[in-house]
Amino acid sequence: MNETTAHTHIQVGQQLQTGQQHPIRLYLFVWGLLFVLSAFSYMVDYLGFQGYLRWTLILLFMMLKAGLIVAVFMHMAWERLALVYAILLPPLLVLVFVALMVSEADYTIFTRLAFFGTGP
Amino acid sequence: MAQTIGTHGEPDLRPAGLRGVAADFSSDQRAFKTASWGKAMMWIFLLSDTFVFGCFLIAYMTARMSTPVAWPNPSEVFALHIGGQDVPLILIAIMTFVLISSSGTMAMAVNFGYRRERHRTAMLMLLTALLGACFVGMQAFEWTKLITEGVRPWENPWGAAQFGSTFFMITGFHGTHVTIGVIFLLIVARKVWRGDFDQERRGFFTSRRGRYEAVEIMGLYWHFVDLVWVFIFAFFYLW
Repeated sequence: MNETTAHTHIQVGQQLQTGQQHPIRLYLFVWGLLFVLSAFSYMVDYLGFQGYLRWTLILLFMMLKAGLIVAVFMHMAWERLALVYAILLPPLLVLVFVALMVSEADYTIFTRLAFFGTGP
Repeated sequence: MAQTIGTHGEPDLRPAGLRGVAADFSSDQRAFKTASWGKAMMWIFLLSDTFVFGCFLIAYMTARMSTPVAWPNPSEVFALHIGGQDVPLILIAIMTFVLISSSGTMAMAVNFGYRRERHRTAMLMLLTALLGACFVGMQAFEWTKLITEGVRPWENPWGAAQFGSTFFMITGFHGTHVTIGVIFLLIVARKVWRGDFDQERRGFFTSRRGRYEAVEIMGLYWHFVDLVWVFIFAFFYLW
């Protein structure tokens, strides 16, 4: 263990072992933001946006909401990086699964159209 | 080993950044220095649950992409007839706001828990449970409406047959999570109200001393349920 390097990056933890303690105002602010973002994503449907604009906005608002919930409500922003990486990196592998299944679905619809016309 | 495990009240002196990640994992001790095992295990459970819901949403994507039949338009399917006109997705929007509000009250409950204001904490948890129960109630209403309109896991009046099966599967599994969360909330709220976490009364199952961290761990589960709904709302209802 290299103690000298370890001590050059001293981080004085903001939270004591008694638990996460943050001002109520922060939670109310995030709560408000989540309401606004939800209203925005509802408006995407209400105003009838279509195509790439619709999908981009849906994904944008979704990621912002998810980020706020995980970072503030679930206190991930104040956890050690070891926990943050251990929990948030593995779900990225789901994207690999998505890529696999996109390719598989393309093949399925190709065969359905090629052999059954418009099948089930 | 210069670093000691921070115990009650002392400031935490540890390397930050990637060096901290390496130091934490190579410390030959517990890797998650600031998270108790209870919190770490809840996080790992939530990670596994992420994969479960991830698989459901991927299954839905695959079904929707691979069918040549048009997918029913969720905007019309989930519209309600209010005041002489169809308002698209209105019930789902209300459900979203209810669930987000319940997340807000839960976050406040965790905060008041650590301030040791047990009655306020318990009341906020009960309010969270009430909002959660409202959500499940509205979901039951939505299911009833769709079932009376003829949606089945194998057919529906509007388009691709896979719509029903993915709808019942995904929202059903999410609703189950909310229901379990409501029960879990009521159990923890009772303990808070009784003062179990002030007296460090031992749990009936684990026999470990009660601590207000239980409220935060409960909160992690509840926020996760809200988090999953964010993804379901985006991919199933809006897409």
